[in-house]
Amino acid sequence: MTKFRVVHYINQFFGQIGGEEKADVPPEKRQGPVGPGLALSAAFKDEAEIVATIICGDSYFNENMDSATETIIKMVKEEKPDLFIAGPAFNAGRYGVAAGAIASAVKEQLNIPSFTGMYEENPGADMYKQNVYIIQTGNSAAKMRKAIPPMAALALKLLKGEPIGSAAQEGYIPTGVRKNLFEEKRGSARAVDMLLKKLAGEPFETEYPMPTFDRVAPQPAVKDLAHANIALVTSGGIVPKGNPDHIESSSASHYGEYSIAEFDDLTAADHETAHGGYDPVYANEDPDRVLPVDVLRDMEKEGIIGKLNEFFYTTVGNGTAVANAKKFAEEIAQKLKMQNVDAVILTST
Amino acid sequence: MVKEIERAGFPVVHICTVTPISMTVGANRIVPAIAIPHPLGNPGLEKADEKKLRRKLVETALHALTTEVEDQTIFEVK
Repeated sequence: MTKFRVVHYINQFFGQIGGEEKADVPPEKRQGPVGPGLALSAAFKDEAEIVATIICGDSYFNENMDSATETIIKMVKEEKPDLFIAGPAFNAGRYGVAAGAIASAVKEQLNIPSFTGMYEENPGADMYKQNVYIIQTGNSAAKMRKAIPPMAALALKLLKGEPIGSAAQEGYIPTGVRKNLFEEKRGSARAVDMLLKKLAGEPFETEYPMPTFDRVAPQPAVKDLAHANIALVTSGGIVPKGNPDHIESSSASHYGEYSIAEFDDLTAADHETAHGGYDPVYANEDPDRVLPVDVLRDMEKEGIIGKLNEFFYTTVGNGTAVANAKKFAEEIAQKLKMQNVDAVILTST
Repeated sequence: MVKEIERAGFPVVHICTVTPISMTVGANRIVPAIAIPHPLGNPGLEKADEKKLRRKLVETALHALTTEVEDQTIFEVK
């Protein structure tokens, strides 16, 4: 029996090209499996094989999304695969976006089954879960061993054209697609059962969870910029040299508040970035590239803005839990209020 | 973070390179940046030119903050 042909997409790190300093490498194709592809291949047994692996730097893909997609689609097409797999990307934001984008593009343009895997808080999950199956994984590569079996299982089902079960059965992030099925009890009876459980304070499971649309309406614009107090906030990890509060390079547990009253310009001598997950060379060379203190100080002197707030707020956005980021921002907002800030410029890397 | 600070009552402009992420997290005023490791700079330029580029980005951000928006809006740097 001939084996099904699979093409696999991974980033520069899992492709063993290098870390952040190699995040700008353009797409390249290698024959056979690489890195996590070896584990996937093993899990396919004799039914499928990874015929080629496409490796692309995370920054390269995200900064050149259209041209990178086009190049990769061509590379995939040449292999005439039966299936395409991207990742798993765990909680790596740029990798997740790349994996979701390329898996979606392959499915749409080449009309072959395609899926990926990542952690549910990865921004790529929300962006692409309606386009492709995304197997839910842990938040770091340490969870690779647990991520492989459900990915391999879904791959084989897609290859053989077997019916795909619900999100909970297969382990993918709900896609929003609903399927009709017959229940043994009719709706009214199920609703009364649920109501009785609720009245008794027992746990029950709704059959239709309400979607959460967490959007915040835009605040009114700044009316008088020349008298406005503008504050800088960043998730790019800019801190005073030496990182005095030890903000973690990933999965930050806290944020920092630092005075810039004495600075007209941030330099390598006084500031740096604590951020892991992107190449820190440029931010360390000139921290204004992430936190534009030099330009805002000029504009303050020229009277374009009222003032640049005395303190800036900073944390590291790399793999940071959404719940933590939310908590940081709520506390930062309270401090901004006490300092009579009018508007905020938030920079991200 | 953008959303929570805005919820607390401040207009926020988000300067970032991967704008689809910014849209997903719910920023209302967005300015596309240069590149992930140097959103407000370009190490390939002379220092003075790089600062001019940064000034343009910040001017666009301030323009966004002084513009009323009803929905998520991307302000391209001109």
